[in-house]
Amino acid sequence: MATLSPWVVGSGLLQVALFVVGAPLLLGLMRTVRCRMEGRIGPPIRQPWRDLRKLFAKGRTQPERSTFFFASAPVVLVATTVVVVWLAPLLSTRVSLAGGSDLFAIVFLLLLGSVALSLAALDTGTAFGGMGSSRLMTIVALAEPALLVAILALAASVRSSSLSTIIVGTLHHPIWLATPQRLLSFAAFVVVVLAESGRLPVDNPATHLELTMIHEALILEYSGPDLALVMLGEQVRLTFMLGLLANLFFPWGVSLSAAGLSLIVGVLALAAKVAVLGIAISAGEVAMAKLRLFRVPELLAGAFMLSILAVLSALVIA
Amino acid sequence: MPAISSGHHRGAAPAVGFVKSLFALVAASGLVGAFAAASVPRRLRPLVSALFTIVGSAGALVLALYVLHTRHVVQLTSSAVLPVTGVVLRLDPLGALFVAVTAVVAIAVALFSIGYAHHHDMTRTAAAMLPVFVTSMLLVPSAWSVTTFVLLWEMMALSSLVLVLGEYRRGASVRSAGLWYSVLTQVGAAVITLALVLLAQHAGSQDFTRIAQSSGSVAPWIRGVAFIMLFAGFASKAGAVPLHVWLPKAHAEAPSAVSALMSAAMVNLGVYGILRSANTLLGGGPSWWWVTVIVTGAVSAIYGSIHAATSTDLKRLLAYSTTDNVGLVLIAIGTSGLLVSTGHRSFAALALIAGLFHLVNHSIFKGTLFLSAGSIQYTTGTRNLDQLGGLFSRMPVASTIFAVGAVAISALPPLGGFVSEWLLLQSLLHGLASSTTVSVILMPLAVAALALTGGLTAAAFVKAFGVGFLGLPRSDGAASVIEPPRLMNIGAGTLGVSCVVLGAAPMMVISSLSGAVQAAQPGRFTGLSSSGVALAVHGARGVFEPTLIALALVVALALVGAVRWALSRRTALRRLPAWACGREVQTAKMTYTATSFAEPLQRVFDDVVQPSRDLDVSHRTESRYFVESVHFGTKDNDAFEAAVYDPLFRLVRALAQRARRLQNGSVHRYLGYGLAALVTILLVAR
Repeated sequence: MATLSPWVVGSGLLQVALFVVGAPLLLGLMRTVRCRMEGRIGPPIRQPWRDLRKLFAKGRTQPERSTFFFASAPVVLVATTVVVVWLAPLLSTRVSLAGGSDLFAIVFLLLLGSVALSLAALDTGTAFGGMGSSRLMTIVALAEPALLVAILALAASVRSSSLSTIIVGTLHHPIWLATPQRLLSFAAFVVVVLAESGRLPVDNPATHLELTMIHEALILEYSGPDLALVMLGEQVRLTFMLGLLANLFFPWGVSLSAAGLSLIVGVLALAAKVAVLGIAISAGEVAMAKLRLFRVPELLAGAFMLSILAVLSALVIA
Repeated sequence: MPAISSGHHRGAAPAVGFVKSLFALVAASGLVGAFAAASVPRRLRPLVSALFTIVGSAGALVLALYVLHTRHVVQLTSSAVLPVTGVVLRLDPLGALFVAVTAVVAIAVALFSIGYAHHHDMTRTAAAMLPVFVTSMLLVPSAWSVTTFVLLWEMMALSSLVLVLGEYRRGASVRSAGLWYSVLTQVGAAVITLALVLLAQHAGSQDFTRIAQSSGSVAPWIRGVAFIMLFAGFASKAGAVPLHVWLPKAHAEAPSAVSALMSAAMVNLGVYGILRSANTLLGGGPSWWWVTVIVTGAVSAIYGSIHAATSTDLKRLLAYSTTDNVGLVLIAIGTSGLLVSTGHRSFAALALIAGLFHLVNHSIFKGTLFLSAGSIQYTTGTRNLDQLGGLFSRMPVASTIFAVGAVAISALPPLGGFVSEWLLLQSLLHGLASSTTVSVILMPLAVAALALTGGLTAAAFVKAFGVGFLGLPRSDGAASVIEPPRLMNIGAGTLGVSCVVLGAAPMMVISSLSGAVQAAQPGRFTGLSSSGVALAVHGARGVFEPTLIALALVVALALVGAVRWALSRRTALRRLPAWACGREVQTAKMTYTATSFAEPLQRVFDDVVQPSRDLDVSHRTESRYFVESVHFGTKDNDAFEAAVYDPLFRLVRALAQRARRLQNGSVHRYLGYGLAALVTILLVAR
C-alpha cells in the first residue's frame, strides 16, 4: 500500500485543476486547427472559455415537466469526470486512491455520466430528447464491449487492470508498444474514444442540427449554467480520454514519483501529447464525412473485432 | 465429506437444540401457515400467509447467518421432524448463503404482498401456497439425500406453479405460461431425479456424503452423463438458454410478488444445484464440463440482454434480464471450475466469489425491480412501457426505489452491481493465467459477453426508467397514478436499501462468501486469505476500494453542486415550457416510446430478436390516396421457441398419435399389457 505523500495528493488535485482549465483550451485549439485547414480564420483559442463564462453568468431554466433527473444530470456528469481525472495516473503513476486507477472502474464511472445525461434527455418529455437518448445508449452499448476487451488486451501482459501498473510495465518494457496487441488495441481505443466523445465519423461536433445529431439532441433543453456544466463536462471528458490514450500508448514523461521537477515534466509532457492527439483528430476530421447512424454499429463492431484480435495475439504470443 | 468436516466441522453438538428448533420452525411455518391461511376468513388471509412466511424466513435467516459466520455444518437426521422418514437435512456455508438470500427476499416479498392484497383479493390457494413455496425454497439447500432433495424440489416446483397460475382469470396467456413452466420444470425435475438415482445406485446409498465419497470410483463417462443431465435439469430452473423459454412467460404473467420470489430466489437454486452436484456430488470434473458451463452462460447473457434491451413489457424485460444475469453467474462458475482443473486454486476461488457475489446482488436488485414493477402494474393497471411515462413526479417514492434497482443492475457506481461486475472482470482477467488453448479462446469471448451485456443492460434500464418514469404520461392510467399502499413501498424499499448497502459496504458480504466457496470446492485450496484473492478483494495491494470510490463520488457531487449553487444563487430558477426547437404543441404522442427507443438496437440485433411487425393501413373508400387509419404493432418473439421448441412439440405430438394406437379401449388388451410387463420385469430383474 503506497503511503499518501503530500506530493501524491497534490498531483491528484493538480490533475483536476489542469484538466478543468485546459479542456476548453484544447477544444479551442482543435477548432482553430480545423478552421485553418479549411482556409478560415476561426475564433480565438480561448473562445470556449468565453462561452462558458457567458453561460455561467446567466440564470437557470428548467422545462416545466422535468424533474430532479434533468436538474442533477449536469452535476453528475461533471462530478464523474472530475473523479476519474482525480483517480487516473495522468501526471504521475502514484495516485491518491491506490485502487482507483483501475481501468474497469474508470469505464463504469464514465458510463454513469452518459446514463445521467440520457435520462435527463428523456426527462424533458420532448421528441428530441428521446431521439438523442436512444442514439447515445445504442452507441454506448456497442462501444462498451470494444473498450473492455481492448482493456483486457492491455491488462493481459501485466495481469492487472490497474492503469499505473500497465504504464509502469510499459515504461520498463518499451518493446511492448510495438507488439501486435498494443497496435490493435490502440486502433480499437481510438474508435471508441471518437464514438464516446461524439467526434467524426460518429457525430459531428461542428453543427447544431438536432435531427441528425446525437449530442445536440441530448442537451437541447439545457441553457445557462447547466449548459455550461454539460459542455465543460464533455470537454474534460474528451481531454481525459485523449490523456488516457496518450499515457497508455506513449507513456514517456509520466512522473514515477509525483515529486518536484518530475511533476513539472509530467505536466508539460501530458499537455504536449494531448495537444498532438487533439490536432491529429481535427486534421482527420477535415478529411472525413459523418457516417449514417446505422453504419455506426458496423464501425464499432470493427473496433470490437480488433480488440478481440488484440487479446488473442497477446495470449498466443505469450 | 471428509474435506469439510476436517477443517470446519468443529462439532455441532452444543447447538443441536437450537438448530433443531430452527429447522422445525422453518418447516412448520410452511405447513402450519398453509393450513392457517386457508382456514382464516378472507380479510385475514394475506396477513396470516405473510406472517407465517416472515416467521419461517426469519428463523432460516438466523440459522443461515449462524452457519455462514461460524462455518459450522449443522445437520438434522430425524424422522420425527417431518412426517416423512429418512429426511436428512444438512446445512453447510454454501447452502446457507442461498438460504440467507432467499430469506431476505421472502421477508420483503411478504411485506409487499400484505399491501398488494389489501385491495386485491388473495385466493385461498394462493394464500396457502405462499408459505409452502418459501419454506421449500428455504429447505432445498439443506437437503442432503436424494429423496429429501427430490421431495423438496418437487414441492417448490408445484407450489410455484400454483402461484404462477394465481391470476389465471386474466386470460389465456397466464394459462399458457403455466403450461410452459410446468412442462419445462417437470422435465427438468425428471432428468435431475434420474441422474441422482444413477449416482445413488453407484454409491449404494442415497446420502449425499456417501455419493460424494464414491463418485471418484465411477467411470468417467457415467460421471459425464450424470453431469450433463444434472446441468441441463438445473439450468432449466435457472433459466439458461435454450431452456429459458418458460421464464419470460411465467415471470411476466405471475403476480409480481411471485415473480420476485421466482426471479430473486428460485432461479438461484438452479445455480445452487449446478454447484452442489458438479462440485460436491461429482467432486469436480474435466475441463469440457466447465467449457459447457461457460458457453451456456455466455450465450444466456448475450441473448437475455439483447431481449431485455428490446422488450417493451416491463416484466418481460426483467425476466430476460434474469436470464442474462444467471448467464454471468454461470460464466464465473465455469471459469472457476476451469481454473481448478488447471491448478490455479486462488484464482478459482476469486472467480467463484465473483459469481456468488453477483448472485447475491442479482437477487437483491431483481427483487427490488420486480416488486417495483408490481407497484407500477398495481397503480397504473399496465406493465407496457409504451403506455407509462411521467410516473416519477406522481409517485416519487416507488419510482426512486425502481431507480435504485436500475442503477444497481446497470453496474453503475456506487451500487452493488458495479462491485460484482468488477469482480467478474477481474476473475476473467486472472482466468488468462491458465494459458491453455481453451481458456485463451474462451476468456476474451467471455469478457466480450460480459461487456456487451453490461452496455445492453444499461440501455435496457435507461429505457425502462427514462421512458416509463420520466417524460410525459402516455395513458390515462399513467397520468392519474398515485403512490401504492405504504407496505408495498416498504417491501420493495427494504430490498432497495440493501442494494445501497451492498454497494457501500460490499466487503461485509464478500468476506462471508469465502466459507461458501470453501464448502463448494472442499479441500481444493488451503487459504482464501492467499494473495490471489486478498489483493483483488480486500485491498491488500489496493486494487479496488469501492467504498472509497463511492465516497469520492459523493464528495465530487457535493462540490460541483455547491459550485453551481454559488454561481446561480442570485437568480431564481425559471420553469419554462420545453423549447424543443420552438415547437409549440408538445404532446405525449410525439415523444419516444420504449419501442422507438429500442429501435436502433433492434435493427442491430435483428437476426436475434426477430420481432413480428404488423402494419395495417386502411384507405378511405373514395380514394386510395387518402389513409383512414394506420395500425402498427410489434410483438416480441423468442427465436428459440420457433427454432427448437416448435419442431420438438410437433415430434412429440406425432409420437403421441402413434402411441394412441396402443390404447383402443379393450380391457383384454390392457390385461395383456400388464402380463407382458410383469414377465419382462421378472426376466430382467430376477
